[in-house]
Amino acid sequence: MTTFSAALWTGIFKRDLALAFRQRSELAQPLMFLLMVVTLFPLGVGPGPATLQKIGPGVIWIAAILSSLLAMDRMFRDDFWDGSMEQYLLSGESVWAISAVKVLVHWLVSFVPLLILSPLLALFLNLTVQMYAALMLTLLLGTPLLSLMGAIAVGLTVGLQRGGVLLALLLIPVFIPLLIFATSAVDAAALQLPYRAHLAIIGAMLLAAMAAAPMAIAYALKVSQN
Amino acid sequence: MWKWLHPYAKPERAYQLCSTLQPWFLWPALLCILVGSVWGLAFAPQDYQQGDSFRIIYIHVPSAILSMSTYVAMAVAALVGIVWQWRTAFMAMIAMAPVGAVITFVALFTGAAWGKPMWGTWWVWDARLTSELILLFLYLGVMALYGSFEDKQQAGKAAGVMAMVGVVNIPIIHYSVEWWNTLHQGATISKFDKPSIAPEMLWPLLVALLGFALFIAAVTVMRMKNEIIRREYHRPWVKEMVQQAQENNHAV
Amino acid sequence: MAGLAAHALTCVKRDRVLFSDLSFRLQAGSLTYLRGPNGAGKTSLLRLLTGLSLPDEGHITFNDVPIAECLPQFHSSLIYIGHKPGLNSALSAIENLQFWCAQHRVEFSLERAYDVLTTLGLVGLEDIPVRMLSAGQQRRAALARLWLKSASIWILDEPFTALDINGVALLESLMKSHVAEGGTVITTSHQPLSELAGHIALLDLEYQI
Repeated sequence: MTTFSAALWTGIFKRDLALAFRQRSELAQPLMFLLMVVTLFPLGVGPGPATLQKIGPGVIWIAAILSSLLAMDRMFRDDFWDGSMEQYLLSGESVWAISAVKVLVHWLVSFVPLLILSPLLALFLNLTVQMYAALMLTLLLGTPLLSLMGAIAVGLTVGLQRGGVLLALLLIPVFIPLLIFATSAVDAAALQLPYRAHLAIIGAMLLAAMAAAPMAIAYALKVSQN
Repeated sequence: MWKWLHPYAKPERAYQLCSTLQPWFLWPALLCILVGSVWGLAFAPQDYQQGDSFRIIYIHVPSAILSMSTYVAMAVAALVGIVWQWRTAFMAMIAMAPVGAVITFVALFTGAAWGKPMWGTWWVWDARLTSELILLFLYLGVMALYGSFEDKQQAGKAAGVMAMVGVVNIPIIHYSVEWWNTLHQGATISKFDKPSIAPEMLWPLLVALLGFALFIAAVTVMRMKNEIIRREYHRPWVKEMVQQAQENNHAV
Repeated sequence: MAGLAAHALTCVKRDRVLFSDLSFRLQAGSLTYLRGPNGAGKTSLLRLLTGLSLPDEGHITFNDVPIAECLPQFHSSLIYIGHKPGLNSALSAIENLQFWCAQHRVEFSLERAYDVLTTLGLVGLEDIPVRMLSAGQQRRAALARLWLKSASIWILDEPFTALDINGVALLESLMKSHVAEGGTVITTSHQPLSELAGHIALLDLEYQI
């Protein structure tokens, strides 16, 4: 078992982190996009604090989903086109384990910075402290779900030359329940109502995705190799 | 137990099966739709609240029910294809996709048209309409994914995965949207508030439902025949079949 | 019977039959030169042999076990180098090889890697990102795997592409010594192999309409 974890740890986890560090400007771009999209809303809808507070959770979540879609194909694109994916598949390591580690790294490098950025967004949109706490929790539970579901679609479209828009078309309908539960959790927090049920549902979806998605990603990656 | 099914994994057997089934689906379908429509539109009693405008349910309800069922059928075909690696299962899946998308569109359109006299507007974010709209997006996604691949075998597998992801999500989407709707709109007029539907209204509805189901099956079977021929036109069995058809024509 | 064997393989790509009912066995201690015109399915056949893609009919066995049932063992004794070099362009040659060795559970030491890169004429280029290297240098870095991992089966798709004369000679003599040690090599190439490669078994694919 020691060799098992070493292959994933050094071969995939540390490699992808090293790569992310090399390509940090590429990683920063979706975050800047997120920040700018959120800036557009007060300008477009009007800066009234009550309005912003009302639309804030939805705006942050929608902007987070859209910005993540922009950079989602980073997960497997380079590996597919430079042939590294072939070498992963021939490494003797199970593909689902490799996929799971790659999704983990994607979450760490794409969404953890977003979580760090989120207080600023909450400030821009005039969210209360309770709302911000709820937003943070939904992001914490919801963004890994974005990575996992996104990875399936990326695995399916990675072999296509122009998969960018298609990826969004495939994923946006799938993300709708998450958007509904996450924003209504924040709305509930705004009214000082309990929102543990919302978090529980998002958590349940996350657990289900953690169980099933790696298999689907592995299958998708193998189909892309055919 | 399922051994008898396996020969149909071969395209030529699947083609023969489709040819056999086609008339059995098509003619009863047309008959049922005709009977159901005439009965529902002309002879069923008026609704005491909605007057004649309720009669759109004879199109709306069958298409709404079948839009979901067709998607589930697609996912079942995809599962069969992925588990047993049947090429024909993916062909069946992709044959169903546009049919399902059109049926979903019909459900949406009739829903909107019904909304105009009932709610005074073409579109409201009603739970059912919203989840139908998302279902249409799911169909379009599967079709777009299939269309993007040049290798149709690969396309079938990829679209199959997406169809299965979608089918897992359909109940989640459905209930989340329903819940979201009650949260945001309070009590709206629900179209199905009535505790039960009068039997004189129900029978034509069931006939129309059966007609729609058979019609979807007939169109699917026809599209599947096309798909098989398009994919296999260079294979010997297709050439033989064409030759035979030509000889029969000459004989006539 | 040991070795890699194909049993009645059929491959369909874009609904065109590339080859059908193809059977052969790659003996230990043999170098097989896979020939055929463009589009005959050489790359497809090699990818089938690695297990990267699945045949439409037929199966492949490794030591008489279907490869689907012994993938980890099979892959631990296989090196595949395809058209794509499998090197990330933002990482250096050394980093690429180090991570590759980790994935394939091969012991990695920096000295050994530097030695290999020296043999391959990449001295002084170990630490710059791979995208700065020329096509031939990238190919050499990809081929370094043949020295680093001891695997009995080599499946090489156009390994000579972009290599200069010295590089070709180096690789051919490496193939010869690998075969002499009882290894198995199957390769494609646009240029015929020279006598440096030793004894060659031929496998021809025809273009099928």
